[in-house]
Amino acid sequence: MGELEEFRKETEAWLDANCPPSMRWSETPGTNPALNDDLAWGGRKATYPNPEVKQWLDLMAEKGWTAPTWPQAYGGGGLSKAEAKILSEEMRRLRIKPPLVGFGLTMIGPLLLEYGSEEQKLRFLNEVCRGEIRWCQGYSEPDAGSDLASLRTRAILDGDEWVVNGQKVWTSYADLSDWMFCLVRTDPDVRKQEGITFLLFDMESPGVSVKPIELISGYSPFCETFLEDVRVPKDQVVGGVNNGWTMAKALLGHERSMISEAFHEREESNQLVDLADKYIGRDVHGRLADATIRDRIAQLTMNKACLDLTLRRSKEAAKQGQQPGPESSIFKYYATELNKDRTALALNVLGPQALGWEGDGFDAAELQATRSWLRARGNSIEGGTSEVQLNIIAKRVLGLPD
Amino acid sequence: MALVLNEDQQLFKNTAADFVKRESPVSRLRRLRDSGDQDGFSRELWGRMAELGWQSIIIPEAYGGLGMGYLDLACVLEECGRNLVPEPLISTLLLGANAVLLGGSEEQKSEILPRVAEGSMLLALAYHERGARYDCCRCETRAERGENGYTLQGEKVLVFDGMAADKLLVSARESGAANDRNGISLFLLDPNAAGVELSAQSTVDTRKAAVLRLSGVEVPAAALLGSSGEAGTVLSEVIDRATAGLCAEMLGSMQGASAMTLDYLKTREQFGVKIGSFQALKHRAVQMFVELELSRSAVLGACDAIDQGSEKTAELISVAKARCSDAAVLIAHEGIQMHGGIGMTDEHDIGFYAKRARACELTFGDAAYHRDRYARLQGF
Repeated sequence: MGELEEFRKETEAWLDANCPPSMRWSETPGTNPALNDDLAWGGRKATYPNPEVKQWLDLMAEKGWTAPTWPQAYGGGGLSKAEAKILSEEMRRLRIKPPLVGFGLTMIGPLLLEYGSEEQKLRFLNEVCRGEIRWCQGYSEPDAGSDLASLRTRAILDGDEWVVNGQKVWTSYADLSDWMFCLVRTDPDVRKQEGITFLLFDMESPGVSVKPIELISGYSPFCETFLEDVRVPKDQVVGGVNNGWTMAKALLGHERSMISEAFHEREESNQLVDLADKYIGRDVHGRLADATIRDRIAQLTMNKACLDLTLRRSKEAAKQGQQPGPESSIFKYYATELNKDRTALALNVLGPQALGWEGDGFDAAELQATRSWLRARGNSIEGGTSEVQLNIIAKRVLGLPD
Repeated sequence: MALVLNEDQQLFKNTAADFVKRESPVSRLRRLRDSGDQDGFSRELWGRMAELGWQSIIIPEAYGGLGMGYLDLACVLEECGRNLVPEPLISTLLLGANAVLLGGSEEQKSEILPRVAEGSMLLALAYHERGARYDCCRCETRAERGENGYTLQGEKVLVFDGMAADKLLVSARESGAANDRNGISLFLLDPNAAGVELSAQSTVDTRKAAVLRLSGVEVPAAALLGSSGEAGTVLSEVIDRATAGLCAEMLGSMQGASAMTLDYLKTREQFGVKIGSFQALKHRAVQMFVELELSRSAVLGACDAIDQGSEKTAELISVAKARCSDAAVLIAHEGIQMHGGIGMTDEHDIGFYAKRARACELTFGDAAYHRDRYARLQGF
């Protein structure tokens, strides 16, 4: 206990002394910019308009604290779970932003730690920790969405290289990424899940081309990626040839927990009430003046409270060393549906001011609310649709027959 | 804070589960109903529950109880709910004993609570009046102070297990208008006193309640529970705790009904396949499961808040009752629909679950009532 307390003191002192002012969240609720601003995604193509973002990344990477629990040999901090918890608690308390975000830390990194060769770990994890490489995910294809295992991008071995041909879609930030982790078909003659391989390649390889997709929200976070005779060295397979489906499932687990965690971390004042105060106002009894909207806000807030309690229950069980209970299966499904409800209700609160797309007469928050409603429609599609989630729970948790 | 049961609680819960499974299948409730049992429960089983310490759980050690918490009590109530156990834990313990515990004098607590703990005294709280909906402080029954005590005049309805109770606790107004929180007092009343008339009510869930008519009933000054005119606050807190307990019972009943429905989906065949293989039913079955898991978290959150004396207790109780009310009704209605024709017959047990679910929903406030209350507590 004494050592941990010592660690907490040192950590707090170091963070407070070194973290630049712009890398701290504002204390005034509602004034923080969107999550993407002032966060380092890393990679060769990264630009840092705010130099303090890069400064904070380098300082933290030097201590290994961009990936606190990864071994030091791979660029991590080598911290114990208890120490990492202290670090994250102190960062939260001091309102410090994460020094680095992205798929390297949350997806491919953990997968390589578990399944990668020693050479792969040394090569890629160090780059991830220093923010020198940004990753994108090549899973979905035009004809392989929910039925991911039917993917057709083909890889054929030619000497020491795989030759890859096909098309990926919904590759997040492919245009800004340096490397792709990708599922390809290496054996078309076996059960569809058994002929898939997990491959890594450089996005600058000849034959790779990328085209952004414009979404209904007007943003383009996703791309189509075309692969034409892309040559990939043999040693860039993770987890063995034809073992890609196991890798994909392991990774999808990381993705789903990441998506549901993201909803949990935003402990904020009730923004819908703040919005309603601005656009609807109160009656003489101090209640929101629109009784139906008030009821819907209450319902949504209470639903969120139930989700938060369930996440807490799951975390406490994990802390006691229990296996994840059946409740953990609902997080992705329920958190995304809730976020859809929240962003949809916000437009009803705004009323006609939610009509804006651009131009005069709408403020930034109003325009953002409308875009967020559109963007959130995708929450229950990406990372496994709600319907697929329900199928999985029906089978694995409830044991209903096929 | 703890939302996961510790080893002792898990053991306690397992013991309760075994007892309920062995002693009280749903068929027992059916027998009590069909035989026209006056009490609607078994006094013999009540005594054996006392031997297990169930009535002692939330009674402090100073009054012969175990001094445990609501998370512990929830373990028992959940298991009782699973098989629709009708013994009067809510009425005697959560309403009656809590009113004495939270509002009574030292002497009243010492006299009554040990007897509740040992299972030898049944209590009923007569607070609800026709038309009051969910307002426990709406009280038109009058108490006039006289030379040596009080005279009570008025009518109460839906006094849960009121016919079986050894002692009644009655709310009556000494001053103020019908809706005022102030001016209400609670009185201990002998059901056999002159001017007391009790008549039986049977509720949809085959439970028993009573209409209580008070015609110039004389009670001594010592019958006043706690302080004069201050029972509004006590009643609110008593109802809150009973609500948390009821939610734990509902959680158990939801599981009983869900298990029955899932079992049917896995065995019933139509069109040559198990009906549980149809995606239209699968997704709805998962919806029930999602609601159940969220309900469990809400119940644990509310009970934990009571145990910790959290300032968010009232909010969390509303979160739990709103969630459990909606979830229980969903599971009840889906249970009947998924059973198809057999679900409409009295012969099948799913109907008992559906009836109890609605009765619980409409007791201590439905989901809409608790959403409104939550919004008020949150200041919007």
